[in-house]
Amino acid sequence: MAGGEQVGIVLVSHSSEVADSVAQLARELGGGEAAPVVGAGGAAGGGTGTSSERIADAAHAVDSGAGVALLADLGSAVLTVKTLLAEGDQLPEPARLVDAPLVEGAIAAAVTASGGADLDAVAAAAEEAYQYRKV
Amino acid sequence: MSEELDTGFFADWLRAAAAAIDREAAHLTELDSPIGDADHGSNLQRGFTAAQAALEKEPQDTPGALLLFTGRQLISTVGGASGPLYGTLLRRTGKALGDAAAVPLPELTTALREAADAVAQLGGAAPGDATMLDALYPALDALDAGSAPGDAFPAAARAAAEGAEATVPLQARKGRASYLGERSVGHEDPGAASTALLFQALATAYGEGA
Repeated sequence: MAGGEQVGIVLVSHSSEVADSVAQLARELGGGEAAPVVGAGGAAGGGTGTSSERIADAAHAVDSGAGVALLADLGSAVLTVKTLLAEGDQLPEPARLVDAPLVEGAIAAAVTASGGADLDAVAAAAEEAYQYRKV
Repeated sequence: MSEELDTGFFADWLRAAAAAIDREAAHLTELDSPIGDADHGSNLQRGFTAAQAALEKEPQDTPGALLLFTGRQLISTVGGASGPLYGTLLRRTGKALGDAAAVPLPELTTALREAADAVAQLGGAAPGDATMLDALYPALDALDAGSAPGDAFPAAARAAAEGAEATVPLQARKGRASYLGERSVGHEDPGAASTALLFQALATAYGEGA
């Protein structure tokens, strides 16, 4: 990829601890030139919930021009990301909500993004995490 | 008041909505306790209060701008699923109204219906899933059937309240309540109840301004 730009990854959870811990795990497993992965969890005033500002700030923080993949846990986390995408001017371009399990998807996305893959490939890797059967 | 609904009327509506949510916040949260995460009332109260405070600092000069601004505030401050859902409802309505200084009833109804469809798409929900849509669409049907705000707004308020009550026997198919399966039956959906308050506020605002 030109300029060595990597896709950025934002993890949105109702819990800031979940988002930040999964981000740390994904960075650790992401490999050598780890792509930027950050958490955007919890409500604006602290506590359980979702903050559109935190999500938008995190997306801009990890954006280096190669795009941003957003993974979310459920409910308002998913709806807030979708709403920000629909607004058109709140997130970096291109940004995408990836349909993936949060933990497994984050790790797959981080490994793929760290290898310099583009946003399509990062999203596909994260979505494939649904296919990984455990029993 | 003429048949055109101006910015002052929309400001009255949002003020009445904020007051109704403030008054009913504890009740909305109570509805949310057995089936949700017990924050619907407090979340909406925070959002509508913040929107009113922001509007005092930055008054908007058209109905469309007012709804766009308030919707943005709700998305930023609510913190739960009702933020993007009500934020989308108001912002899509505001977008559809454009920069008109005043809006006739049929135009408002059309704009609200476009916005309701956007909300349904955002949440992936349909009428009958025990959501805010079960109050919203009956209210829009009542607006469609009305000839003037004076009769259409009270009719929409009644239809929304009846729609909210009609969610009691329904099994929730969206949100946290859907994980409860049949145990979600027998509870009024909190989102439908708050939607009914918005249409109640519409009738109140018109009644007091007339």
